[in-house]
Amino acid sequence: MENTEKRNEEYLLYVERETPKTGWFNSLLHAFLVGGMICCLGQMFGDIIKAYNPTMDMLRVSAWISIIIITITILLTAFGVFDRIAKFGGAGTFIPISGFANSIASCAIEFKNEGLVFGIGSKMFFVAGPVIVNGVAYSIIVGLVYSLILLF
Amino acid sequence: MKRLGKQTLEVVNNCYIIGRGSLVGEKEKNGTFRKYMEYSTDDDKMGEKTFEKGERKMLRLINKRAIKDAELLVDDIDIYLGGDLMNQLVSSNYVAEVLQVPFVGIYSACSTITASIGIAASLIDGGGFKNILCSTISHFSSAERQYRYPLEFGNQRQSYSQWTVTAGGGFVISSKKSPIKITKICFGRVQDFGVVDIANMGAAMAPAACDTLCNFFADTKTKPSDYDFIATGDLGKLGSDILRDLMKKKGFLLEQNYSDIGHSIYSFDEESYQGGSGAGCSASVLATYIIDKLLDGTFKKVLLVATGALMSTISNQQGDSIPSVAHLIELEKS
Amino acid sequence: MVLGILMYLKVFFVGGLICMIAELIQIKTKITPARILVIFLMVGAILGGFGLYNYLIEWAGAGASLPITGFGNALARGAVEGAKTNGLFGAIGGGLMATSAGIAVSIGLSYIVSFFVSSKTKKN
Repeated sequence: MENTEKRNEEYLLYVERETPKTGWFNSLLHAFLVGGMICCLGQMFGDIIKAYNPTMDMLRVSAWISIIIITITILLTAFGVFDRIAKFGGAGTFIPISGFANSIASCAIEFKNEGLVFGIGSKMFFVAGPVIVNGVAYSIIVGLVYSLILLF
Repeated sequence: MKRLGKQTLEVVNNCYIIGRGSLVGEKEKNGTFRKYMEYSTDDDKMGEKTFEKGERKMLRLINKRAIKDAELLVDDIDIYLGGDLMNQLVSSNYVAEVLQVPFVGIYSACSTITASIGIAASLIDGGGFKNILCSTISHFSSAERQYRYPLEFGNQRQSYSQWTVTAGGGFVISSKKSPIKITKICFGRVQDFGVVDIANMGAAMAPAACDTLCNFFADTKTKPSDYDFIATGDLGKLGSDILRDLMKKKGFLLEQNYSDIGHSIYSFDEESYQGGSGAGCSASVLATYIIDKLLDGTFKKVLLVATGALMSTISNQQGDSIPSVAHLIELEKS
Repeated sequence: MVLGILMYLKVFFVGGLICMIAELIQIKTKITPARILVIFLMVGAILGGFGLYNYLIEWAGAGASLPITGFGNALARGAVEGAKTNGLFGAIGGGLMATSAGIAVSIGLSYIVSFFVSSKTKKN
């Protein structure tokens, strides 16, 4: 059995050498540009909201920014163009909230053939599920820890 | 049937491919083999509601064409062998229900077509059956949603990944004489060299192709240069380069006469990463280019080694490496 | 005016940088996007829990709040604020409350959209 392990190890090293590397400079640049652009777009909407509603607090403004970006993303996903942008932008599109919205919308559209219950209902969070589950779990931990601190 | 060496079988009673049918999608139609692709469709739902239903309809058409090309009727088919990439082989199952001939589903991932033809040749050689229908299909959209992510999900592909072809091929194998003769078959052993990365199928499957080819050459005491054309199924560019290296280490040189179908199915100016993959890859090109070339005499002796990666989405999520297999058939112009 | 342009430069820089780090991790380690999202979410939640992430949002606005780290921060801040005002109830529910609008819009709009469109075949 040791022989197999050694063979596999050597083979994997060889494959690693042979595998063409993704042009990582370009990928990083694309991610930086697209990510920065999406955030600037968000900031612009934030400024517009603030211009009409100067009294709105920061948390609410950023919630509204998220909602607008989510809406745009879902519409672009529905028109079938978001995956093009994502192909170019990579992490630049999936790290901002747009990636979260795209994953939910694309799953809902994709699995609608399986019906309302087992399709849209259960598969909608196929990709986004981990984010919500982990996020809520962390927030509960933070909240409980903070409550403990408040006690003392 | 005569056993040669450890793994190879020689077909003693004559066994021929008398009919063939293929259907490819739009992207494949514009590929390297565009001159040979006779039937194609631009609508990969085939007017149906879902991609899965479209896939079934494509497979039905492929079978119909193969039977028609063999100048037979459905009633003349003794048994139908085949499979596809969907879970539980649903596409083939539904098609077999419509055909109403005995059916055995075969899953060997992308090597389904050579596995089916190999089994069909053995059955014909045994004398029990006269005409056997073998077919397989793969469909980009239905495979994508089963194995990877939703189609509209924004996801960057790795530069070393492959593109599942929307294509299929069907064949009628018979004892009736025709120019295309199946002479030898060699079923492969499952190989696992520890590749885990699901995008790098070429690297996972190359050892299986190497194992089958080396055993075949050893069993038959031949070498690569004895053949006009050696084709592997869907290793892609990276995988076929690895195979060349692996074979060189074993003392077999794969030269000009070797080509990987996955690598060459898409035209090179089109962005398709390392090339195509999927069960329909080798099936559709065998049904078009390879048989055309055998018929017009360019090739006299051809080896087709279709390779299959045998993982599932579950084994992959649990971090297991990808086992793969390669089955070989030898075709000759009679 | 100059201040406005400077702000947008900061937004672009911070937002781009966070995405670039994620891309770098993805290329170097081959971790799947879903895992990277969870890792970044966790980082945001930890920084948010200590109240550090809000300084970044003050400095870079949407550049810090739009990436998934900002989502993690909103969850954590929500829990902290909830704990302050509503006690244990707020500590548990506060995270979801703070982010509820975003999640609800994603779900609701996706639900509606899915009735009207089907996914299209891709060519490359």
